[in-house]
Amino acid sequence: MTRHAPVLAARGVTRRFGRVTALADATLEVHGGRVTCLLGDNGAGKSTLIKVLAGVHPPTEGRVEVDGRPVAFASPRDAQRHGIAVVYQDLAVIPLMSVWRNFFLGREPTVGRGPLRRLDTAGCRAATREALDAFAIRIDDVDRPLGTLSGGERQSVAIARAVHAGARALILDEPTAALGVRQSGLVLEHIRRVRDAGVGVLLVTHNPKDALAAGDAFVVLRQGRVVAAEAAPAGMGLARLVELMSGGGPQS
Amino acid sequence: MPGPSLSHRGPRALFALVRRPELGAAAGALLTWAFFAVIAGGPFLSLDGTAAYLNAAAPLGILAVAVALLMIAGEFDLSVGSVIGAASMLLMLLVAEAGWPLWPAIAATAAFCVLVGLGNGWLVVRTGLPSFIVTLATLFILRGLAIALTRAVTGRTQLGGLQDVPGYDAARLVFAADLGPFRVSILWWLAMAAVATWVLLRTRAGNWIFAAGGGADAARNLGVPVARVKVALFVATALAACLVAVVQAVRFTGADALRGEGQEFRAIIAAVIGGTLLTGGHGSAVGAVFGALIFGMVRQGIVLTGVDADWFQVILGAMLLGAVVFNEAARRGLAERGGDGSA
Ligand SMILES: Nc1ncnc2c1ncn2[C@@H]1O[C@H](COP(=O)(O)OP(=O)(O)OP(=O)(O)O)[C@@H](O)[C@H]1O
Ligand SMILES: [Mg+2]
Repeated sequence: MTRHAPVLAARGVTRRFGRVTALADATLEVHGGRVTCLLGDNGAGKSTLIKVLAGVHPPTEGRVEVDGRPVAFASPRDAQRHGIAVVYQDLAVIPLMSVWRNFFLGREPTVGRGPLRRLDTAGCRAATREALDAFAIRIDDVDRPLGTLSGGERQSVAIARAVHAGARALILDEPTAALGVRQSGLVLEHIRRVRDAGVGVLLVTHNPKDALAAGDAFVVLRQGRVVAAEAAPAGMGLARLVELMSGGGPQS
Repeated sequence: MPGPSLSHRGPRALFALVRRPELGAAAGALLTWAFFAVIAGGPFLSLDGTAAYLNAAAPLGILAVAVALLMIAGEFDLSVGSVIGAASMLLMLLVAEAGWPLWPAIAATAAFCVLVGLGNGWLVVRTGLPSFIVTLATLFILRGLAIALTRAVTGRTQLGGLQDVPGYDAARLVFAADLGPFRVSILWWLAMAAVATWVLLRTRAGNWIFAAGGGADAARNLGVPVARVKVALFVATALAACLVAVVQAVRFTGADALRGEGQEFRAIIAAVIGGTLLTGGHGSAVGAVFGALIFGMVRQGIVLTGVDADWFQVILGAMLLGAVVFNEAARRGLAERGGDGSA
């Protein structure tokens, strides 16, 4: 009868900082197996919205839902426990640490007990290699410092890590902003694979081309308000998307 | 089709080197040893000569291992030298003025050092101020307190007579025994290095230490308790200072409020020579061991060659400069290769 409830949703969320209203009555749904693109100009409220969804800021009004049930995240950690993961553009990985240490950071598996409890280093390495293989991220050596990978590979590792950690909703904050065309392509390809694995992706971007390349649905924010929310197929071309972003277009 | 992976750039030797930050220091130690073996010859190579530089390196090594861990986590502790002075005066006051037996006094001194570490750590994570400044303040406060309080209570800044205190013989065995010309503090130093290496490379806490220094925000986003890690490491450096204080008080049967002056910088130098980055995120305990070893060899070697010991400082400064330049090159190799291959 009813459709599947969205994995993650904002319902009528307003967020004020003092007298500034960063977000006004915003509604957005993230469905499993789909990429929802969140677009908008600088200062439109994109970061604020994902911070509300990720448990960084509580909403001033409105609510966040996971699987259709209202939740009030106490912290980003709490949101993670609900299967919400965020990959921040600059703050996703630790360049000086090896790929496998990054991959399991914060959730390291251990073996042994008491004072002999130790990292399962062999298991970590094997699992990292396996997970990267599964997403066709080709890295010759998981012991390499992550900083020696290309920008696109770093983003891809961060995304694969979130999925491996059990994320059901994955929020990506401008994952292609610092990347050139080819590296962006690598990351978008990776995002599609994550979507095909059933994860609900919220892709935040400035770039309508990237949005069209990966998106199944589009939400456009302007001055804190949702001015458009559309599913992809019906005539969603670049021109239409740019028009929505830059001010025109009816509410849908 | 995903684009081809761009994973085959960069010289492998560099990866190997930066992956093992202690390699440079190990080579440096070998060179230093060879240098003095040739210049100073027999006296340096003898059992006594070997013991002399190991004995000199041990207290610094104990500090440097803990300081290296803290630096990897991205923080400095400039108070360790003062903690040595304050802890040894507290120990002496407890036994000489309050009449405590030695072991309870040692326990109380350790507890005091834990509090100092918690205080340093708490101030740093709560205020967000650079630990360099916060612990510089603690450096002066503790040194001043150690001198002022001891003088107020006893009229002096040096206290002795520890050998007559109940428990001394057992404490001598644990902290200041001799194995031929070798002091037992060498074993403390190596044991600490072994534990620190285990923690760093083989435990979750070790992963968090690297992460706290290599990218605190990213680590926090992934649920790493960065503040707790840092506070724990400030406690570790204070406890290392406590161990040095106890070792020296027991060996010399007394203490001086000025004990440990300048050790904070020597410990940082040893850690940096050992490949630990001043900017955090990378380094090793084994490297700090070699750093302290080089330190001990240069100090003893200079004495044996008859060169004026004043030159020691010059050599030390030059080695620090060399190590920092080398480490920075390695760090660039590690962290800044990435970029966008297609741009
Ligand atoms: N913590 C805060 N305190 C006060 N104002 C804030 C805060 N966070 C955001 N704002 C304001 O809210 C508005 C929306 O900001 P937000 O960062 O969400 O925009 P954005 O769409 O992410 O922009 P950009 O594309 O530049 O990242 C801006 O006017 C911003 O100044
Ligand atoms: Mg933003």
